[in-house]
Amino acid sequence: MGNGHAINHDAAAPTCEFTPIPEGDIAAICATFGNDKHRMLDILREVQDRYHCISPSTLDRVASHTDLTRIEVEGVASFYSFLSLVPKGKVTIRLCDDIVDRFCNLEEVTAVFEEVLGISIGQTTADGAFSLEYTPCIGMCDQAPAAMVNDVLLTSLTPETARRAAEALKEGQSPETLVSDRFDDLTPHEQALRMVDNNVRHAGEVLLGPVPEDAGLNNAVGMTSSQIITAVEESGLRGCGGAGFTTGRKWRFAASERAEKHFVICNADEGEPGTFKDRVLLTERPHLLVEGMTIAARAVGAQQGIIYLRGEYVYLRPLLLQVLEERRRRGLLGEAILGVRGFDFDIRVQMGAGAYICGEEGALISSCEGLPGEPKTRPPFPVNRGYLGYPTVVNNVETFCHAARILDKGASWFHDMGTEGSHGTKLFSICGDCLNPGIYELPYGHSVWEVLEMVGGQDAAAVQVGGPSGMMIARDSFHRKLTFDDLATGGAIIIFNGDRNILEIVEYYMSFFVHESCGYCTPCRLGNVFLQKAIQKFRKGLANPEDIDYLKELSGTIIETSRCGLGMTSPNPILSTLQNFPLVYSAVSKPSKDGIRDTFDIQSAIDGARKIAKRRSYIFDKDFTQ
Amino acid sequence: MSDALPKARIATASLAGCFGCHMAILDIDERLIELMKLVDVDRSPLTDKKRFTQRCDIGIIEGGCCNEENVHVLHDFRRNCDVLIALGQCAIMGGLPAMRNAIMHSDAPLRECLDEAYITGKYIRNTTHNVPNDPALPLLLDEVYPCSQVVEIDYQIPGCAPSGDIIFDTLSKLLTGKFRGFEREIIKFD
Repeated sequence: MGNGHAINHDAAAPTCEFTPIPEGDIAAICATFGNDKHRMLDILREVQDRYHCISPSTLDRVASHTDLTRIEVEGVASFYSFLSLVPKGKVTIRLCDDIVDRFCNLEEVTAVFEEVLGISIGQTTADGAFSLEYTPCIGMCDQAPAAMVNDVLLTSLTPETARRAAEALKEGQSPETLVSDRFDDLTPHEQALRMVDNNVRHAGEVLLGPVPEDAGLNNAVGMTSSQIITAVEESGLRGCGGAGFTTGRKWRFAASERAEKHFVICNADEGEPGTFKDRVLLTERPHLLVEGMTIAARAVGAQQGIIYLRGEYVYLRPLLLQVLEERRRRGLLGEAILGVRGFDFDIRVQMGAGAYICGEEGALISSCEGLPGEPKTRPPFPVNRGYLGYPTVVNNVETFCHAARILDKGASWFHDMGTEGSHGTKLFSICGDCLNPGIYELPYGHSVWEVLEMVGGQDAAAVQVGGPSGMMIARDSFHRKLTFDDLATGGAIIIFNGDRNILEIVEYYMSFFVHESCGYCTPCRLGNVFLQKAIQKFRKGLANPEDIDYLKELSGTIIETSRCGLGMTSPNPILSTLQNFPLVYSAVSKPSKDGIRDTFDIQSAIDGARKIAKRRSYIFDKDFTQ
Repeated sequence: MSDALPKARIATASLAGCFGCHMAILDIDERLIELMKLVDVDRSPLTDKKRFTQRCDIGIIEGGCCNEENVHVLHDFRRNCDVLIALGQCAIMGGLPAMRNAIMHSDAPLRECLDEAYITGKYIRNTTHNVPNDPALPLLLDEVYPCSQVVEIDYQIPGCAPSGDIIFDTLSKLLTGKFRGFEREIIKFD
């Protein structure tokens, strides 16, 4: 992506050779996906998985098979951080570098991997066996530090478990055996649970309590499109991904659009750091999700659907594929669903490849179309012209699950829960400095205090609501309520106690946005870099009081002039801490003495010239003697 | 403009610039006479005074900082002037000299710049084949800095060079306390 590789590359790595790819293999891979350019991400993922790199000659061959130019293929290959144009190891270890992991001893875990494998972060071993990388939040903040080893997840790492894993890998064991000796004998659901704990701490009435099978879908087949949409509208259901758009309205827009085809897409790309609620739904309620998508398909008249699964959740793919297959077998997907003639709907799983921006609706659609995950200009909105130009409903995993339950239990059942404007329950993924991190399904309307008491985080000094693109609040705001109208969140609640450095957190979040900006809009691509540098200035104690105005002004520009939600929210870590923790900033900024800038260091500025001229400075070297 | 007003002291300096902005000051033409009723000129190439004789109300800086002497002069101006004005593009943004900042993907950008300027450049006629290194030459900075990165700047007068009209207008307004920023027409591109 634009600035994408800034974190991991450049290290003077021992490099390994390109694996020679037999003639015909690339052709076979492209043929698997019908030589369809819209399946480019699948094609390139397959190449990456098999050959650990997308070599220059591969780019050419993929381009010729899919009838694209090489640069178009390279545009996709270079965009996603899980695809690599240089050779990577057969086993790639991606350590999650989220701020929560950093506060959970990530540094020591990293040191162990580096020591055992003999390479640093960003490097690949010379024999091509291992690559070691950092990656942003992989959705395991409740069991940090965590790592991806190819498609296998390791969680709650300690220096000891990290050493055992690294040594086993070095001895040639497969990543799967780190999980279980008989990994292949386990069901996909068992595999997922062996790797990742659900950590469901509080099951609510709607999603995580007892859920009857396909009760919503059974009701929906007897209803017209308009009746289904009316039920969803009357329930007051709003999108659970963060933006909170009214779901019923979205469906109605799409349904009223006359087109040859309609699409239903599930956004399972929860990349917002600190968010991991969809992970649990995908593990425990996959049928409910597909049921909800099938109901949406019935409502808008879609015959095809896509589940866009974030690359970090690749370990859940076998489970989803199994669920889809089972439902096809039981007549719940495919042609004539539940025996209703003309009710045809099927779903494919589209894997992402490590790009936060693809959680944005337009970028997600671009990614499904086989393009770099760049947002689209709005309007037209996806409900009017979305995937491949057809009307498309994109909803979050949780939203679809809610919809299925609403069709079962009725709109007023759902509407009665929560508060005015924020109806039903919400999954909160809570992590950070608390006793019981995990998933809490609660009706809307709880105060932050109440939630902190529930999770054992009473000594919180700061709470990040909604992830980095949300708000950081201080104790004086803990009475505020978790609703769309007060503190809105897609689910992430990250708790920080008084030992944490607010500016360190802010700088981390800004580096995250710098890394994840797609680079299309200049204010976002460059502005976030400038914001990060300005925060570094504060951390070094070199900031002036005017720098606070600079932060505000530049933040305003980025928000106003970016075309998608990333740039519109990326300054939030700074703006919300300026508002809620003003003393943190004023404590570390001071007016410059005599108007001379402390940030300009004359000694380092003339150092190069001193060496070239082989003499010292008459002006600035005080001990100068001829 | 009342005669009762005490005269303001102004100072000017040209750092890493082409002296074009100072030429533009002269473009004020006959209105200089009017301006001189309001000001005395202290340290400046226009008076050829090399040092401050006393504290000044306004310092005007042309050019950014490309060497240590520029930094030294700029520090001196900041310490001796109540109000400091960056005049023209080089002072504000680094301008043409800052083109050397574009040598980024090099381990030794300054060395590369000097080599091309004095030794390897296609059109160089330098019979000594050396980079000048007289002890009297100030050391170059690693890159060219706009004035605002080295000291606090109070006002910027944009242009390359700013016209005599704009300089006259801005100075007159500043001296009479009437300056309220520039019209959009003056500061927008094209």
